[in-house]
Amino acid sequence: MNQRPRGPVLTGAHYLDGDHACAEGAIAAGCRFIAGYPITPSTEVAERLAERFPRIGGTFIQMEDELASIAAVLGAAWGGARAMTVTSGPGFSLMMENIGLGVMTETPCVVVNVQRGGPSTGLPTLTGQQDMMQARWGSHGDYEIIALSPSSPQECFDLTVTCFNLSEKYRVPVMFMMDECVGHMTEKVVIPEADTIDVWPRRWYRGPRDKYLPYAPDKDGVPPMIRAGDDHRVHITGLTHDARGYPIINAECQQICVSRLTDKIRDNADDLVMVKEEQLRGADVVVVAYGISARVATKAITDARKKGIKVGFLRLITVWPFPEKKIRDLAGKVGCLVMPEINLGQMYREVERAAAGKCRTMLVPHCGGWVHDPEDILKAIIEGAK
Amino acid sequence: MKTEIRLAGTGGQGVILASVILAEAAGVHEGRHVVQTQSYGPEARGGASRADVIISDEPILYPKSRRLDVLVCLSQQAADKYFDDLKVHGTAIIDGFYVRECPREGATCLSMAETARTELGRELFTNIVMLGALARITGVVKLESLEKSVANRVPVKALDLNKRALALGWELGARPRDRGTKG
Repeated sequence: MNQRPRGPVLTGAHYLDGDHACAEGAIAAGCRFIAGYPITPSTEVAERLAERFPRIGGTFIQMEDELASIAAVLGAAWGGARAMTVTSGPGFSLMMENIGLGVMTETPCVVVNVQRGGPSTGLPTLTGQQDMMQARWGSHGDYEIIALSPSSPQECFDLTVTCFNLSEKYRVPVMFMMDECVGHMTEKVVIPEADTIDVWPRRWYRGPRDKYLPYAPDKDGVPPMIRAGDDHRVHITGLTHDARGYPIINAECQQICVSRLTDKIRDNADDLVMVKEEQLRGADVVVVAYGISARVATKAITDARKKGIKVGFLRLITVWPFPEKKIRDLAGKVGCLVMPEINLGQMYREVERAAAGKCRTMLVPHCGGWVHDPEDILKAIIEGAK
Repeated sequence: MKTEIRLAGTGGQGVILASVILAEAAGVHEGRHVVQTQSYGPEARGGASRADVIISDEPILYPKSRRLDVLVCLSQQAADKYFDDLKVHGTAIIDGFYVRECPREGATCLSMAETARTELGRELFTNIVMLGALARITGVVKLESLEKSVANRVPVKALDLNKRALALGWELGARPRDRGTKG
């Protein structure tokens, strides 16, 4: 694009694909460090930031692989930067170990996964939603992360900002689960004036220097942070640690450390869960969907309503922590929940679990490579309404 | 009114860039609802490549093209593959050099690649020639809108050549070489 923004943040109405919108969202959120390794279909995010960053004082590093990329991101975050990495399925797999380190060390950062069809190298240039469970469970140990999923290029911008805000508030790696279709789809993206974009600051420690404990939490379970090398005593480790950050290898410390890591997310699920509800009241069938599948489902929902079917729509913007309360409430009120997703049933398992047999649940699977035909979703809605 | 357009060819011919220029022209400069999507193989060059643009007066729910109003083919492979998706009375534009056998009668055959080669010295400009011709034949977008979005999307040093490419395409669209003879 030949248009150049005046300040660091691109504002106004533009035609952007989801990848570029994500890159602009990162800049708007104050991200000034990205380390990554190119992989289709996520490369455009890195490419745009590689071009934009030198003009606005950001750092882009192409690392030797994805393991190093996420490691550099964690280091940058401890150095005080808002940091991000961008990848797709195979690279996401390689990042898993250090994503766990990010969880354990409570390092704020954003991991963008522009999903393609898998397993393995699978379908490099074609879409999928097959890493949804990996985002939640891909690293070893008990932990919680946050994951959001965008349905349009506009949301690729808006939610990238939200990902950074949540990662700072909860000090946890946040997964941004895009997909090839939304990443490579060009649509109007409207960006407000830079000073009106809500960007949450890092939780800096402001107490006396000699009282600083790296892992002593605030009331909401999240500890404030310092910049490594900024004249505070600091110890950061992947080992189970106490409030000082020192390794304590026993069951008591494990109980305190790991419970807090999970509880800071679980106890704040109501604050974290973002959904969009449409005509749920009195619905016989509710379509539950996220990401590009939600966009595709709107066509089937419109067609079903034309046939006189009472169909509601619950769009999941937050996918992790899973909005299980919403599903539990709905299951007691509707006949059937229909879920299309571009995998063979991943988030559907969560829907099934939360519905707990109180209503029918129906998966509309797709192996990947393309989005659903609206007819397939419509057929399930009609079946669900019977 | 909703128009579904597919630009199809071989990787490296610039159909995806052309589709983004078309989408921006209709969306930014004419205020229509527009979605552009794409599909291409893993090869940087030489694989099949296609891009779809939907232009509508209403918000667009389903983002992919399904029944095409307009199909432009810059390769034989594209013609073989995509004519089935074109509506019976849809508009087909094919490149006379690359598409040797057209699967359906009534297609408008234009020498787009040849024009780029002979008039501008490089086949690289075929995609912009294509946009000019497409605008003239279908009326789906104004030439001025295309000029504005070309100016935003091509390298500044190549702007004059791209503007000429657009004008040449616009001319070409007014005088198709042989309409529907390649059955």
